[in-house]
Amino acid sequence: MKKMLATLMALGLALSLAACSTSSGSSAAANSNNSSATSDTASGSDKVWLVATDTVFVPFEYTDEQGNFVGIDVDILAAIAEDQGFQYEMNSIGWDGAVAAVQTGQADAIMAGASIKQERIESGWIFSDGYYTATQTIAVPEDSDIASFEDLRGTSVAVKNGTAGADYAESLKDEYGFTITYFDDSPTMYQDVIIGNSSACFEDTPVMLAYIKQKGIALKVPEGLESEGSPYALAIMNEDNQEFLDLFNAGLANIKANGTYDEIIAKYLE
Amino acid sequence: MLRIIQIYGTMMVAAMGQTLLLALLSLFFACLLGLFFGLLSTVRNRACNIIGAVYVDAIRGWPLIVLAYFVYFGIPMLIQGLGFKSFRMDSLQAGVIALSLNCGAYMAEIIRAGIQSVDKGQMEAARSLGLSYGKSMFKVVLPQAIRTMIPSIINQFIITLKDTSILSVIGFPELTNTTKNVSANVGLPMQAWLLCGLMYMVVIIILSKASKNIERRINRGR
Repeated sequence: MKKMLATLMALGLALSLAACSTSSGSSAAANSNNSSATSDTASGSDKVWLVATDTVFVPFEYTDEQGNFVGIDVDILAAIAEDQGFQYEMNSIGWDGAVAAVQTGQADAIMAGASIKQERIESGWIFSDGYYTATQTIAVPEDSDIASFEDLRGTSVAVKNGTAGADYAESLKDEYGFTITYFDDSPTMYQDVIIGNSSACFEDTPVMLAYIKQKGIALKVPEGLESEGSPYALAIMNEDNQEFLDLFNAGLANIKANGTYDEIIAKYLE
Repeated sequence: MLRIIQIYGTMMVAAMGQTLLLALLSLFFACLLGLFFGLLSTVRNRACNIIGAVYVDAIRGWPLIVLAYFVYFGIPMLIQGLGFKSFRMDSLQAGVIALSLNCGAYMAEIIRAGIQSVDKGQMEAARSLGLSYGKSMFKVVLPQAIRTMIPSIINQFIITLKDTSILSVIGFPELTNTTKNVSANVGLPMQAWLLCGLMYMVVIIILSKASKNIERRINRGR
């Protein structure tokens, strides 16, 4: 009896392990199905490029109401892979995790609305051509009087770690005398402004407008405070992956020329 | 790694200062809370025992990160809803409240266990000599209990010092939050986190050595 129980338990364990591995495999395949469909015609190389991304960075990557992982980054990469005929797997592991995965070689590239920064280039990051240029601006509570950066003096503003919005806030804080509070995720950052602990938050203009509209939160975006904007790019760290960067850049140029790029942007930012 | 130290060294040391400030303030209030609720659980009064048990169960049942969100966003929401529109709570206040409540629950259990580990005869003897309950507790029982409690208390202090990292989610500028920021700016997470881990470790080793000294001094009379 005991022996039978042990066998049963071992079987159960093996089954659950197998279930785990197939489910993770299928989710990866779901993300990359666009690429694998076209890869039959690929030019010989059967390397699967591993691309790490963030979990929630609307509208660049997020999970929609149907539970599909979608976004500008997701669609652009799929279109480029189709154009260039390479295989890839996109894994949504969060911003910090994605950066670390590329640094440690667990992933070949990161595509998560990463802005091209001198400081990152000095650390050894190699960026592709920019695939989208976003301006950054602030959002304030609906009933707030804040209309200029001067109105932020002496207050605290909220930003999200590692975003272009955070850079924009840092570039202004000395001139306008405000302090910065750093949060991990957008919902917490917005909540801090709504509750009044922070007077404003800094984030990409399209991201913020999309979020405010989609969630109907009590924030507004004052006019005329946009930054010049910084381009987003795919990035690698290992020079051996230069081939992937070249494929990406060539594909990006093609989808921009044939209109696919504009369709994707329009789909998410209309 | 060197570049991180060069550019962000002072920023990370300042963040360690914030970590220590948050930890020390929280530990102070946690000791008071722990002593209060620990004593409530040991007195011979059913109502007091229940209050002590409810506090410990309620707080221990909540993960610190959830408690932090609740204190930081929930309390201002509640108070603003009551009509005090201008009420604000900064992340240090919220952090100290959340962390002291959390650590206080564990301290209460340590203190309760410590008091109960002292032989019942000690209290009975003190009482039969005519000392009041309070005097017997503070002059006879607690001094003996503290000796057995010290190692657990030091352990709890170290856990709480590391738990300050959880307050990074409400934007408190302590070491973990600053490291996330540094790592995102520089794009070298492994180096940034290694530095962060080493800083925590050094501070904790120094503090445990110091508390070992205190422990030795308290036990000298034995």
